[in-house]
Amino acid sequence: MKSMAELEAIRQRTLQRINLRKEDDNENIRVVVGMATCGIAAGARPVMMAFMDEINKRTLSKVTVSQTGCIGMCRLEPMVDVYLPGKEKVTYVHMTPEKVGRVVAEHIVNGRPVTEYTIGAAEDK
Amino acid sequence: MRDLSLHILDLAENSVRARASLVRIGVSVDESKLIALTIADDGCGMDAELLARVMSPFGTTRTTRKVGMGIPLMAQNARLTGGDIAIESQVGTGTTFTATLHADSIDCLPLGDLAGTVVSLVTANPEGPDFLLQCSSPKGEMTFDTREVRQALGGVSLNEPEVAAWMLEAIREELEPIFGGVIL
Repeated sequence: MKSMAELEAIRQRTLQRINLRKEDDNENIRVVVGMATCGIAAGARPVMMAFMDEINKRTLSKVTVSQTGCIGMCRLEPMVDVYLPGKEKVTYVHMTPEKVGRVVAEHIVNGRPVTEYTIGAAEDK
Repeated sequence: MRDLSLHILDLAENSVRARASLVRIGVSVDESKLIALTIADDGCGMDAELLARVMSPFGTTRTTRKVGMGIPLMAQNARLTGGDIAIESQVGTGTTFTATLHADSIDCLPLGDLAGTVVSLVTANPEGPDFLLQCSSPKGEMTFDTREVRQALGGVSLNEPEVAAWMLEAIREELEPIFGGVIL
């Protein structure tokens, strides 16, 4: 049984991490998942959960996951935007939970976008 | 949509957009295997004219395009099982959406990952609204209230990955004995 006491422990650990994060606010990375009807039907929820899971496993304290509505390219859903500080936004299309590991490892951790998953690569096809 | 939990996620997003402060998500199954889904919010509500429009796939409040498929898709999947949907709404008070489905029908979608639905709603909207999940079956009942989690966290955001992982497990653990073997 999950207990509220565990939440207290999580709270303490998180507060320590947040202090690290505050020191350099413009280092924060944002992952934004499209979660309108089209995104959800195409499988956006498992993609979002995979990002949360991967970020949790790697204890990446400077990454936040959020959502957006439909941006009008429903055929490319599930879509994910990744914002690195000081860099242009990168849009990934046709995302799956299996692709998330590479995006986190190569792009979010090491700063190299996974070009083959991006909207640019999809449009060239 | 592949399962009911995805419909619930989609419809609860409407409540978020209606600037609700509390969204109640109810899933109950009775002895005759009738599933009742409820999504009730205290958001801005809809007038009669808009209420009539959202039932149609060509009704939406968005200005970017002319279709809104969330409610019509849910209605279609409910009616395929011999069930139906109903929406009650009052401007300034909120909206209550209900769907009934016959779980015995071959066309009834599986419940899916309800915990995943609640956690993705919470992590995507950490500032609120709060969500109250209430589930019941002949085997038992459970509630999960994000207001309690918010209070226990005392200022730590609900979209911290570790908090999300905790909520996911906490909800799954409670759902299994209620819906396991019934509609899971």
